[in-house]
Amino acid sequence: MRVIKAQDIKDAVKKMFISLNCNIGDDITNALNNALKIEQSATAKSVIEQLLENNRIAKKEQIAICQDTGMAVLFVEYGDKVVVDGDFSDAINQGVKEAYDEGFLRKSVVCDPVFDRKNTSDNTPAVVHTKIVSGDVIRITAGCKGFGSENMSKIKMLSPSAGVEGVKDFVLEVVRQAGPNPCPPIVVGVGIGGTFEQSAQLAKKATFRSIDDSNADERYKKLEEELLLKINEMGIGPAGLGGKTTALSVNIEYAPTHIASIPVAVNICCHACRHQSIEI
Amino acid sequence: MVKKLSLPLTKEDIKTLKAGDSVTLTGELYTARDAAHKRFYDMVQNGEKLPFDVKNQTIYYVGPAPAKKGYAVGPAGPTSSYRMDKFTPMLLNMGLSAMIGKGKRNDDVIEAIKENGAVYFAAIGGAAALISKSIVKDEPVCFEDLGTEAVHKYTVVDFPCIVAIDSYGNDVYKR
Repeated sequence: MRVIKAQDIKDAVKKMFISLNCNIGDDITNALNNALKIEQSATAKSVIEQLLENNRIAKKEQIAICQDTGMAVLFVEYGDKVVVDGDFSDAINQGVKEAYDEGFLRKSVVCDPVFDRKNTSDNTPAVVHTKIVSGDVIRITAGCKGFGSENMSKIKMLSPSAGVEGVKDFVLEVVRQAGPNPCPPIVVGVGIGGTFEQSAQLAKKATFRSIDDSNADERYKKLEEELLLKINEMGIGPAGLGGKTTALSVNIEYAPTHIASIPVAVNICCHACRHQSIEI
Repeated sequence: MVKKLSLPLTKEDIKTLKAGDSVTLTGELYTARDAAHKRFYDMVQNGEKLPFDVKNQTIYYVGPAPAKKGYAVGPAGPTSSYRMDKFTPMLLNMGLSAMIGKGKRNDDVIEAIKENGAVYFAAIGGAAALISKSIVKDEPVCFEDLGTEAVHKYTVVDFPCIVAIDSYGNDVYKR
């Protein structure tokens, strides 16, 4: 067994959250630069230019790209030959707390959704999805999820007879209804299959995938491309003010499901699609 | 062409604005988002006076990130406006003249904008670091217990936005 100190996990999580909040990925920067070439209206061009400028300022001054520094979401692959010396869950939350305190990041979490709605003041608890895998390392993919776009996300349990057309219709309907609200150009995460909650988790995971990557299955890759084309024909455009770039990418993840269903979850992410991965 | 406007806006200024116009704002405005709006609403229902007079004022829907040392404010971009729709007609009827946020408003808000000769501006969502450069001064006003949702008075210089809904009810998002 390999021993990993809880302290090392805390430090890694802290570093990741400060960094991912201030430094947008190259995949998004490249996509915004491409959008600038494609857009024709002065407004759409100006919005993209301002987003690129915003991200340059954030990187240079190491300040948050967006004031909504989100809820902390982590996908953890925990090697079965690893023993953590200390409390694993506390280490993650302590890393998040220190990142949000020391990184000048906004604390956006309330302790109770309905009654108290009191801010926890340290942006914890984090949302952690842990999977035990074989191996002697811990892999963490972390992101901060803003709720302007999270609020525009939806899930639907389709009948098998709805087929691929049903999937397409639902994804397009969710994006159309979201309109300007989720800060387009967006990244559309789609989770298909599994159970109710698994499809939602897959959709989130899809938004944490580089937009330069496609689904490995040729059929899902084609579906990603077709949906992206149709979404960009809607004309919602940058900041919802009209244009050709409504989405930068459609990322699909899928899983086996029940004979009675096609669960489809659509998790929308804004253009500030912030995530990083690390192996400890 | 970008129209340069001073805050507070005059009724005449507002009448000249058309949905889609690019503008910059210079002067003072107040911040308020979900929790502050709920408090305003409850105060008015209870017959209490609001902590500041909204007449002719501008409210910016924002919950900023903390400011680093040497900065007037932290990153401070707009939040989605539709969540304030329930409380907005009341504030417009009390004389609020402008709002800054992002995204769609409901029909009640659009109607109240028309009736009161007000205007709704959109700032660019997710451009928080850039937008914060046009905010030069930050003074707390009330509800400090709400943290990022507290009401502050910002002094802004050439704050960039777009007329999203003009005083005639034209809506840039319905084009």
